[in-house]
Amino acid sequence: MTSSSPAAPRGRERRPRDSRVGDKIFMNLARGSGILLLVIMGAIAAFLTWRSVLALSTNEGNFLTTFEWTPDAPKPVFGIAVLAVGTIVSAVIAMVIAVPVAIGIALFISHYAPRRIAQPFAYLVDLLAAVPSIVYGLWGALFLVPHMDGLTSWLNQYLGWTYIFDQTRTGTPRNLFTVGILLAIMVLPIITAVSREVFRQVPRMHEEAALALGATRWEMIRTAVLPFGRPGIISASMLGLGRALGETIAVAVVLSASNVLSLHILDAGGGTFAQNIALKFAEAGDNGRNALMASGLVLFVITLLVNGAARLIIARRKEYSGANA
Amino acid sequence: MTAATTSVTADARPISRKLTANRLPKWAPAAIAVGSIAVGCGIGAVGGLESHLQWGLISAVLFLLGSYLVSAQVEGRRQAKDRFATSVVWVAFILAVVPLVSLTFYTVQQGISVVNGNFLSHSMRGVIQSGPGGGIYHALIGTLQQVGLATLMAAPLGLLTAVYLVEYGRGKLAKAVTFFVDVMTGIPSIVAGLFILSLWNLALGFSYSGFSGSLALAILMIPVVVRSTEEMLKLVPNELREASYALGVPKWKTILRIVLPTAIGGITTGVMLAVARITGETAPVMMLVFGADAINTNPFEGPQQSLPMYIWQQYSMVNNDFGYARAWGAALVLIAFVMGLNLIARGIARWRSPKGGH
Repeated sequence: MTSSSPAAPRGRERRPRDSRVGDKIFMNLARGSGILLLVIMGAIAAFLTWRSVLALSTNEGNFLTTFEWTPDAPKPVFGIAVLAVGTIVSAVIAMVIAVPVAIGIALFISHYAPRRIAQPFAYLVDLLAAVPSIVYGLWGALFLVPHMDGLTSWLNQYLGWTYIFDQTRTGTPRNLFTVGILLAIMVLPIITAVSREVFRQVPRMHEEAALALGATRWEMIRTAVLPFGRPGIISASMLGLGRALGETIAVAVVLSASNVLSLHILDAGGGTFAQNIALKFAEAGDNGRNALMASGLVLFVITLLVNGAARLIIARRKEYSGANA
Repeated sequence: MTAATTSVTADARPISRKLTANRLPKWAPAAIAVGSIAVGCGIGAVGGLESHLQWGLISAVLFLLGSYLVSAQVEGRRQAKDRFATSVVWVAFILAVVPLVSLTFYTVQQGISVVNGNFLSHSMRGVIQSGPGGGIYHALIGTLQQVGLATLMAAPLGLLTAVYLVEYGRGKLAKAVTFFVDVMTGIPSIVAGLFILSLWNLALGFSYSGFSGSLALAILMIPVVVRSTEEMLKLVPNELREASYALGVPKWKTILRIVLPTAIGGITTGVMLAVARITGETAPVMMLVFGADAINTNPFEGPQQSLPMYIWQQYSMVNNDFGYARAWGAALVLIAFVMGLNLIARGIARWRSPKGGH
């Protein structure tokens, strides 16, 4: 600024027009990029829909209930039944494990841990959110899967009567349960980061009031912290859910996929939308690609709904948003 | 705290008006923890449970039960619940630390022996997949170029969008953009890949190249940049803008010369974190870049390689120790790169952030 100020009087007459032109250009640039973003979102939906329609018009099976995935056969048959169930089951397992643990860690960082541990640990969790999913996948396949053997057979032995933990086929535990655990580990840092921010924003006065009335620390958390943080926890979980639903490569590495629909989560087999796309893509022909895009569109719509819902829940408390987590 | 004193104080409470209730000594949780771990390991060893996961889970359950029961005996039910909650939180913490530490440790352990000068400076050209040798040079070049191109596209676009939202955005358009930026952060990477495939490769007829991969990466990067930049621009004090307007500086110049420079630290951090995030994306790259064994320094033509896809390809040759070794080596390099970016980014954030920045 200092270098330009001596020159300022010289251009005085011209400046108002100049600046208006500059303002217009700049504002339109900025608005244009905002609009471009909306266009991209629209284009994603439009192009995937276009391809899906092409694929669905050739489908000889029912897209929603068919188990097979053979879109390149002379009589193309493909359906998302197995994929939808696998995606939902693995995401549910992930959420059941990850949400309570993540709330625990968030509380640990915000209320329980000594300051000296809390700060570095929060930092560590943030760093782990950045570990690429392929590395999680590699670790899951070569480290977690062998270590799951014992737990799997133990669950089968003692909880086999519950149907879902009944292992009907033996083999390496490359099953939906292991995938769910891996997904839980992957979404843990995200859920933790967002709920931690929420817990930090609980008004200090509420907490102190609870303590002053004689509440123990847990009673204080139950009456002051958790009610305040509930919308934050819900939206954090939904962000994690969105991530778990769309996770591709880690699932593709760990799961041994098949087109068998079964709720025996300890049996290897099943599949998820994203994993199926990643796996089938390489050898897919024209119609195969279109079919994969149809399943991608379903995934897109599901994640859109989940994320949209999460955002609407946080909309009231804007500052919780975890996009930069 | 012997049983005798407990009963005495309990009887004498109304008369002596003792203000403090019985408390467990400070070392009690630690003692219960050590005890339950010992018992847990004992059960595991005697019961012949091969998986150490189970040993840990049994110990955890014992610890939770132990701390509740002991505290309920000595301190009463409310305190016991409090102790129980504290124990649960600690167990959650440890449950989370174990896999995360194991992941880092295992990757370093497996990868460190593979990574050397030869590994970093050679491609896979002419290397038998099931044999030793080869390296990640071609993948490094590919990743750097693809991520670089994606950043060149996504960073300005994201920055301008954020400027629009903070400085100009009023009304329906701004609301829609805000909402869809938020939703866009959640797009699965494979969907972004499918979109670019149908638009760029199928509709417009371009073939596999590093550039089409970077288009998909840019889509994933834009919303992250917008969000973090938006947060940073909001932290710039309004007084600075008003002072600038009062001096007659037009709005666009105020933004370029006052607002953006003030927030530049935070913006850089946001962009770097976004770069770190897309560097590890495998799925879109796998579909669009196709993978190559030889070095291809032209991202606009022909298949390239990239680090995450390299890991995937090396892993995919099932039960091949040389492939696994190369995969771990590449994973270590990838993690080191991403973590390094993260650390630098957070360093910058701390070094020059507007007040209130993190």
